[in-house]
Amino acid sequence: MEFTKPVESNLFDNAKVVGKPMQRIDGPLKVTGTAPYAYERNDAAPDALYGYPLGAGIGHGRITRMDAEAARNAPGVRAVVTTLEIDPLEKGMNNVARLFGGDEVQHYHQAVAVVVADTFEQARAASALIEVEYEEGAPADLDLDAAFERVQGTGEPDTLVGDVDAAFRDAAQVVDQMYHTPGESHTMMEPHSSTVDWSGGEDMTVWTSNQMINWNHQSIATTFGIDQERIRVESPYVGGGFGSKLWLRADAVLAALGSRAAGVPVKLALPRPMVMNNTTHRSATVQRIRLAAGTDGKLTGIWHEAAAYCLPGGRGENATAQTPVFYAGETRRVKNHVVDMPLPETADMRAPGEASGLMALEIAMDEMAEKLGMDPVQFRIVNDTQVNPSDPDIPFSDRHFVECLERGAEAFNWSQRNTSPGGQRDGDWLIGHGVAGAYRGALVMPSGARAILDGGKLIIETDMTDIGTGSYTILAQTAAETMGMDVADVEMRMANSAYPVSSGSGGQFGAPSSTSGVYAACMALREKIAGNLGLDEAEFNGGRVTGGDTDMALSEINEEVSAEDAIQWGDFQKGYAMGTFGAHFVEVGVHAYTGETRVRRMLAVCDAGRIINPITARSQVIGGMVMGVGAALSEDMALDTGRGFFANHDMANYEVAVHADIPEQEVIFLDTLDAVATPLKAKGVGELGLCGVAAAIANGVYNATGVRVRDYPLTMDKFIDRLPAV
Amino acid sequence: MSPPIDFSLRRRTLLAGTAAAAAFSAVNRGGAAAQSSAAPAGPETSTVTLTVNGEPRELTVDNRTTLLDALREHLKLTGTKKGCDHGQCGACTCTVNGERINSCLSLAVMHDGDEVETIEGIGQPENLDPMQAAFVEHDGFQCGYCTPGQIQSARKVIEEIRAGIPSHVTGDLTAEIAITDAEIRERMSGNICRCGAYANILAAITQVAEESV
Repeated sequence: MEFTKPVESNLFDNAKVVGKPMQRIDGPLKVTGTAPYAYERNDAAPDALYGYPLGAGIGHGRITRMDAEAARNAPGVRAVVTTLEIDPLEKGMNNVARLFGGDEVQHYHQAVAVVVADTFEQARAASALIEVEYEEGAPADLDLDAAFERVQGTGEPDTLVGDVDAAFRDAAQVVDQMYHTPGESHTMMEPHSSTVDWSGGEDMTVWTSNQMINWNHQSIATTFGIDQERIRVESPYVGGGFGSKLWLRADAVLAALGSRAAGVPVKLALPRPMVMNNTTHRSATVQRIRLAAGTDGKLTGIWHEAAAYCLPGGRGENATAQTPVFYAGETRRVKNHVVDMPLPETADMRAPGEASGLMALEIAMDEMAEKLGMDPVQFRIVNDTQVNPSDPDIPFSDRHFVECLERGAEAFNWSQRNTSPGGQRDGDWLIGHGVAGAYRGALVMPSGARAILDGGKLIIETDMTDIGTGSYTILAQTAAETMGMDVADVEMRMANSAYPVSSGSGGQFGAPSSTSGVYAACMALREKIAGNLGLDEAEFNGGRVTGGDTDMALSEINEEVSAEDAIQWGDFQKGYAMGTFGAHFVEVGVHAYTGETRVRRMLAVCDAGRIINPITARSQVIGGMVMGVGAALSEDMALDTGRGFFANHDMANYEVAVHADIPEQEVIFLDTLDAVATPLKAKGVGELGLCGVAAAIANGVYNATGVRVRDYPLTMDKFIDRLPAV
Repeated sequence: MSPPIDFSLRRRTLLAGTAAAAAFSAVNRGGAAAQSSAAPAGPETSTVTLTVNGEPRELTVDNRTTLLDALREHLKLTGTKKGCDHGQCGACTCTVNGERINSCLSLAVMHDGDEVETIEGIGQPENLDPMQAAFVEHDGFQCGYCTPGQIQSARKVIEEIRAGIPSHVTGDLTAEIAITDAEIRERMSGNICRCGAYANILAAITQVAEESV
């Protein structure tokens, strides 16, 4: 199905299932512990032995010698494969660092060996017997601030509109500040895990934990130089990803090598302390933001320059992603720099770009509102735009940012807040309120599915994954709606490379893309059923097909009918800017004596097109808000600048938000429809929920204390000396 | 006030006192044993009898096997999850003799004769326990990986409050402890949910607590 023009009225406008709250269909399996994750495939590979990895102990350099003799002779050991024994493996899609092979160490905890043994304990103990000698690389400059100073002003701007220098020269008010965001770790609950059967050295089956079946499938083929047809990849349950499981990682590679060497299926999970440095993370950023505004509150100039780090060839984190499009303003200059550094690889983490960029930009907006003497909600409203301000011929497909701000302000009782910083007290707590705008691009990807009607049951096959986002449920809803059937009569078969290629889960493109793909497949199935019955026009409703003289239950169709299709996105979408929008409101308490910050109340208002399932969509948004609390107050990858690795590489020392950190949360979805976006008029929402949250908290801390902190996370050591006198 | 302890315990200092000398020789023996790893000092495996979800189970395990891996790898009860293997995340929470523990921080051989309950013993997909049903109803999870541990903790938190066991946020230690949002949040904080379903988990626990008065 080609999506060639904005959709007019269609069956989703009178939906019975889509858009209605529905509990997760995979819920009973998950709450009983019976959903099998990648390391638990006793159903498929009951005899899998245990793989255990060894990670490099230096930041970068070369391995000069490895001695695995003791490990090979250790009890229970079936095989040891060291990185020196094989040539560097080809890199899969978007891998920057090599995953295995050769003597080069590009980052700390890079995999250098795998041990296969009869038991987990034996494999782990044997891995510790492997001796590795290194030649360390030259000490590297890992100072991102210094790097920013070097690159600032260099290179062609990514976006340059109007005479930005004149705008700053003539402005009534100017903000010019530096902002810092730290490295962030996805810290999904399930570590990267795979069970692989490559025991024959030919066909390979990979039961893994991955967001993108097809990318993973291709990357495994590339890595090992074998035909994709010989490989099957399954990932029916994924214990969280947040971007860390978009790409092939060492768990699958090591399990495959171990399986071939030992001649048995092998399962391997990255030990938690290896996850942070072995896999990817969100780069720290240094950002300079300059804003110019007139007395009317309108932005006249926006200047955003940022730097992030990555291994050579990587993308780092583009904190300027939102700046060309989010706010109006006649002039702007935007530039992002990616600085090479020999650190663990940086790559996508939930809302890559916007999450870091809005942490800074939305503080800058608060600062400018204050300088102008404007309410920060009103200031954002004044600077709304309905066209891409960097390319004014391009309208937004559907943008209700102002409504997000207005609805949120009303629901949060914003007008009642204290407006003089440090002016509200509740016992020992200074109380503050903060707001931030939220923006995240609305991407779509081609997505396919197969729909099979079999004895009154509808089976949907697609390689789409459910990483906790609710794909199983919303795809079943979409299929049921399109076929006029009950959700109970839909069986979802997902996340298997044997099924049609979908969008996969990432970039908040999963829900809008994969629901469209299922819609396309179901429409093809409808056409086939109608054709088989000799109907020119047919209606599908209540589990029946009607048309002409025909009125029959779908369960009366004895022969299995199957159809496959995929959604393809037409060029017309390029004539629009597509995004999702929101506003976050928070109330914080800052302890007057210690500077401890507690979030007391949170509200998000989201404009993301049709909400396919309000239950799962709300969970995505509150989950983003929780991640935003961590980003604001505690998450911080601690870099050992001498050795070039992140020292707090576990779940005790990298502090994500826990139950006690999270207050009452409210989410309001605007009932919007984006006819340009997808046939369902839907957009993703899972990343929007994170965007802007941390800045709203930082702005709340400012409102509570009068202390502006521009360096995340807002730990007390950064501002306790500036708190109001007590 | 005690005088400050001289804590620069060099080897020479250690050898000087008789108690310290004994300690040193013990360490030395341990070190020697570790070096000749081909000849372990004692048996490497042990047989333990556990009652798991009401059924007696006899297991022969490597002494290093955690209770978590005994459940997951030996008994194939994979509902109890391994998130960190270091007692940091709570995904491995199960109950031993009626109390919740991080099963990754406990060796199986320490539990001979103990009664263990895992998520599989609490309810099944067609026969959910009220807490499991409440988690589904309130969408108290997303990816599902921390969920069995959350549910195990959630059930015990209600019992612990009712048993009068105080927490960090309990105000009056002599009064009956109320089941408040703050008490639940505090006691659940050893169970991390990176998907951020905390508000929904709180709603599920509150509902079960209210219905089970």
